[in-house]
Amino acid sequence: MSGAKEIRTKIKSIKNTQKITKAMEMVAASKMRRAQDRMNEARPYAAKMRNVVGHMAHAHPEYRHPYLEEREGKRVGYILVTTDRGLCGGLNVNLFRKVVAEMAEHGKAGVGMELAVLGKKGLGFFRRLGGNIISEASGLGDAPALTDLIGAVKVMLDAFDEGRIDRLFLVNNEFVNTMTQKPAIEQILPIPPSDVDEMTHHWDYIYEPAAKDVVDALMVRYIESLVYQGVVENIACEMAARMVAMKSASDNAGELIDELELAYNKARQAAITQEISEIVAGAAAV
Amino acid sequence: MTMTLHVDIVSAEEEIFSGTATMVFAPAEMGEVGITPRHAPLLTRLKAGEVRVQDSSGEEQSFYVSGGLLEVQPHVVTVLSDTAMRADDLDEAMALEAKERAERSIADRQSDFEYAKAQAELAQAAAQLRMLQKLRKKGR
Repeated sequence: MSGAKEIRTKIKSIKNTQKITKAMEMVAASKMRRAQDRMNEARPYAAKMRNVVGHMAHAHPEYRHPYLEEREGKRVGYILVTTDRGLCGGLNVNLFRKVVAEMAEHGKAGVGMELAVLGKKGLGFFRRLGGNIISEASGLGDAPALTDLIGAVKVMLDAFDEGRIDRLFLVNNEFVNTMTQKPAIEQILPIPPSDVDEMTHHWDYIYEPAAKDVVDALMVRYIESLVYQGVVENIACEMAARMVAMKSASDNAGELIDELELAYNKARQAAITQEISEIVAGAAAV
Repeated sequence: MTMTLHVDIVSAEEEIFSGTATMVFAPAEMGEVGITPRHAPLLTRLKAGEVRVQDSSGEEQSFYVSGGLLEVQPHVVTVLSDTAMRADDLDEAMALEAKERAERSIADRQSDFEYAKAQAELAQAAAQLRMLQKLRKKGR
């Protein structure tokens, strides 16, 4: 019965793995819901910001903020949002493929690139393969705080202010639904004109203190809120992808167990048959 | 009918308050301001302090903000609250830290990205994923 015993140990170990994947699936499902809530909670701030930026852009035509100004230069910056942990299907790989394809095109055209990487997976990828990473933030956890992102974003904003980059993109996964996450590259600097609401009549704010100080503070917060949104959305994607991956892992484990149980029963029956025939043969010989 | 203001207090991480009020007090950078309906449009930075919202029955609700921006339009007041203390030098320190972290984590960094290697690696990973999907479909 040595074959049967081996199979039994195998079944047991696969059952243990299945327990783990099932637990991970359920954890990911509940974390996904919380991440989605967080995504929705962060929306009003970004919407309000957009409103104010739009009002301001129209109310104040003589002072154009550099973040609204289209530039001649071609150098680009990317803020790449990745996950901290793996076991989430092809989420990061799909994102890398999209961004690497774009980077390769820029590389061919001889365009300079600067990267800010959020998340350990992205960091590991670019550490292996090189790349001009000028800032990073990782280990953000399931409930990231805006404070953790300020530094990494500021490095990119400084690069933009100093003219080292002329355009800034945010790369993250877009949450379509539980089954689908889409890698997306979105321009955040200069702020695309479509993001700025149209206004018909002219009026202006009273600024306290000077207009420039207030507008600067506003713009920095606006960009930060966009990046924060991207990070939160990416976490929702991570959890959804992990949930799906763990579900199929559990299903696969179930299939394997079924097959092994069949093999085990066959082996057991064969052993019994053999024993019986041996006894019968022995009895006949006496 | 008394005139009212619509007040929204939001931070990047959550919506804190949304409702109507007859008067709003906020700790603006140049001194505390009280906003009543039909105030001229105003955009100002806020200091850390208390935002008080007074409703028509005279009751006050107060919220702590650690800074942020205040936008006023004749019938809408929006407080864009910060989630943490902000100051230029503090931001600078955080930026420096993010930079240093990046440099430390990539000690042997090359600034040239290896496209060929990356693309090969990604193609392999994508092929694996496709294979898995195919296997899964066959299994059913």
